[in-house]
Amino acid sequence: MVGYIDKIKEISERLLKEGTVEMVIGFQKGTLPMMNTPCFAKTPEDVGNFVWDSHCGINLANYLTDRKEKIGVIAKGCDSRSIVTHITENKIKREQIFVIGAPCKGMMDRHKIASLFETEIRSVAENDGKLIVTAGDGEKTLEKADLLQKNCAVCAHRNPVIHDELAADPVEDQKDVDRYADVREIETMPPAEKWDYFDDLFSACIRCYACRNACPLCYCPTCFVDESQPQWVGKSTDPIDTKTFHFLRAYHCAGRCTDCGSCERACPMGINMRMLTKKLEKDCIDAFGWEPGLDLNQRPPLDTYKMDDPEDFIK
Amino acid sequence: MGIEPGRLHFSWISSAEATKFVDVVTQVTDAVRALGPHENFVKHMPKVA
Ligand code: SF4
Ligand code: SF4
Repeated sequence: MVGYIDKIKEISERLLKEGTVEMVIGFQKGTLPMMNTPCFAKTPEDVGNFVWDSHCGINLANYLTDRKEKIGVIAKGCDSRSIVTHITENKIKREQIFVIGAPCKGMMDRHKIASLFETEIRSVAENDGKLIVTAGDGEKTLEKADLLQKNCAVCAHRNPVIHDELAADPVEDQKDVDRYADVREIETMPPAEKWDYFDDLFSACIRCYACRNACPLCYCPTCFVDESQPQWVGKSTDPIDTKTFHFLRAYHCAGRCTDCGSCERACPMGINMRMLTKKLEKDCIDAFGWEPGLDLNQRPPLDTYKMDDPEDFIK
Repeated sequence: MGIEPGRLHFSWISSAEATKFVDVVTQVTDAVRALGPHENFVKHMPKVA
């Protein structure tokens, strides 16, 4: 995967030199290890800052919303599906973007890696399926395969669904992954137990909204949690306010979330709020046979009506 | 997410279906009453002295 970077740089430089696009969105090294941040290259020289490794988990579709210029964007499987969603929702036009596809074998779970060390991680290098992590309390060589982000471990669409040029050959998709074992487990709980599960899940949330800000779907000009007239939900970390925020945000992502994992990756508290969006994703498959972001020509289930939409819950 | 299924009801009722409306509302209130008050998803304001 590290090998992609030369090709990514070559394509990006060419696009900027030829004036095909005004900007290419990729990744640059963050100030902390495992925290690559978006990089907006506007000149061929800027492209020198690009990096590509196993810490590019943020979804770059997030930076396309309502842009007017021509943009090149590097897209993993999940980013590409969010780009399709953006196009379907009229947040950007297909002809405005040049998608540089990056077939992906999964990004690293920074929370999990950090939990393996007592002290702060100073550097992370990767080599041939292995990660060499150096922290204050020593160096460890770890298997990348054991440290995939939770969503990457069960990803079924690793290759970009749309692209104008690929940075590498497509990778083999994981077959027979059981995407919803964890959701099914919660589905079988009685209501009181479910309540306790979510109470516990969100108890550490500090309402920083990093999850919302990292999400490509959360592009409303004013989020319902920020409104004050009327104030739909309290702004404190009262457990009910916090859960109201998470439950509603999840519903706003129904039929749109591609399980890119940006939200969970961004969370400073390591909260797995994807348990909500994954349930809705599963429901959309069960009820409407719908997986978001796979096809530019299909309308999402929540803005179409079909005669055979399930309605047995209506009396 | 921990709300009892019996608290949530959906129904299509046209404005001309007064009897159906009454039936449904009666069923809903009976079902919810049988479950008792919902204690979880309720925000308690901090007590001010
Ligand atoms: S809710 Fe999370 S997993 Fe879903 S699209 Fe948004 S950031 Fe990605
Ligand atoms: S990023 Fe984490 S702590 Fe911040 S609001 Fe989201 S769940 Fe809460």
